[in-house]
Amino acid sequence: MNPPDTHKLSPSEMEWYEEQVENTIAQLLRGGVLLAALVVIVGAVLYLGSSPLARVSYRTFQGEPEHLKSVHGIVRSAFAGQARSIMQLGLLLLIATPIARVIFSVFAFAIEGDRMYVIFTLIVLSVLLYSLFGSFLVA
Amino acid sequence: MNVLAFTFLLWIGSLFAGFLGALTGLGGGVVLVPLLTIFFHVDLRYAIGASLVSVIATSSGSAAAYLKEGFSNIRIGMFLEIATTLGALLGAYLTAKVPASVIAIIFGVVLLYSAYMSRRTRPRELAVQAPDPIATKLKMNSSFPDTSGLRHYNVYRVPAGFGVMFGAGALSGLLGIGSGALKVVAMDQSMKIPFKVSTTTSNFMIGVTAAASAGVYLSRGYIDPSLAMPVMLGVLIGSLMGTRVLVKTKTKSLRLVFSIVIVLLGVEMLIKGIGGKF
Repeated sequence: MNPPDTHKLSPSEMEWYEEQVENTIAQLLRGGVLLAALVVIVGAVLYLGSSPLARVSYRTFQGEPEHLKSVHGIVRSAFAGQARSIMQLGLLLLIATPIARVIFSVFAFAIEGDRMYVIFTLIVLSVLLYSLFGSFLVA
Repeated sequence: MNVLAFTFLLWIGSLFAGFLGALTGLGGGVVLVPLLTIFFHVDLRYAIGASLVSVIATSSGSAAAYLKEGFSNIRIGMFLEIATTLGALLGAYLTAKVPASVIAIIFGVVLLYSAYMSRRTRPRELAVQAPDPIATKLKMNSSFPDTSGLRHYNVYRVPAGFGVMFGAGALSGLLGIGSGALKVVAMDQSMKIPFKVSTTTSNFMIGVTAAASAGVYLSRGYIDPSLAMPVMLGVLIGSLMGTRVLVKTKTKSLRLVFSIVIVLLGVEMLIKGIGGKF
């Protein structure tokens, strides 16, 4: 680990490095959205194929069943082949995409030796993980 | 309505919202909730859940494109995301506490404000003064590619920007929108960051901000896969189409039309909210 604020990289190397980071983040975001959309489409085909003529109404809020509300439940029921869970898994991958970007940034700032921004990024990451898994801590 | 027809109509509607949102630069997210609640009679909480998920999709998709152009400032984005994610967490908790009619009224006001912001011409003052020492300490001052090469910029009033960002995050979490307009206000107006950098960095931040409230929404049961599926796929494809066309068309009159649509939806949300119709 580099000591804080002393870069071993020259300014031009620094610029090159940051450009690589930006490109990697761009690919990560694009890949994540694409993967999420594909999983949602697979689930959608199964869902629309199974009961296309059933009646739907979202007029009153009922909340979702337990297996669609937690990371654990979604993953388990999706791999059991439930159409709605597969769509939800796709949406979960979509939510995970920005989180993956933030995790990547932690390492990118660490390699740059920017300890201050490593801390900032870790704060953001903990807020995100708390949001996604916080209900487990309470339950 | 049966599943097939409902899903198809919702997909088409979202496709249009995403297309017009990207084409006019006003974002499709802001019209999704009124579209779902007013025209598809969807409960406000389900609508907010579906809208938020779509916001993540479009933001991540377009952020990828902007990053390669070198306008986004990752450091400014990362630092301000502390404010927006904490705000988003608060907003998401508030959606369960605040009555639906109040959320609808706030939504109406935000719609009218977004339309107003899109009509305003911005004065371009570039006062060269000493940057905020905080900005210097946080290594925020940077440069971006301009017609005449790299242009340097300084960042001012960081605490004020941070505060507005917290509010933008809270609104995003409360309403299931990207609240890009308010994020741009924080960066462009308060922190004096060049417009191009503000808009692209704001867009870059929207996905992370939305992800912070999405977790809470998910555990509360606001995200219904059958509803979010056509909305997300529609908005994503629509906005990708919109960005492709963007370069070729004159969007001035289209922007006006879309602003009028936003105003009408805002008034409708206000009337329904005040009338307690949610």
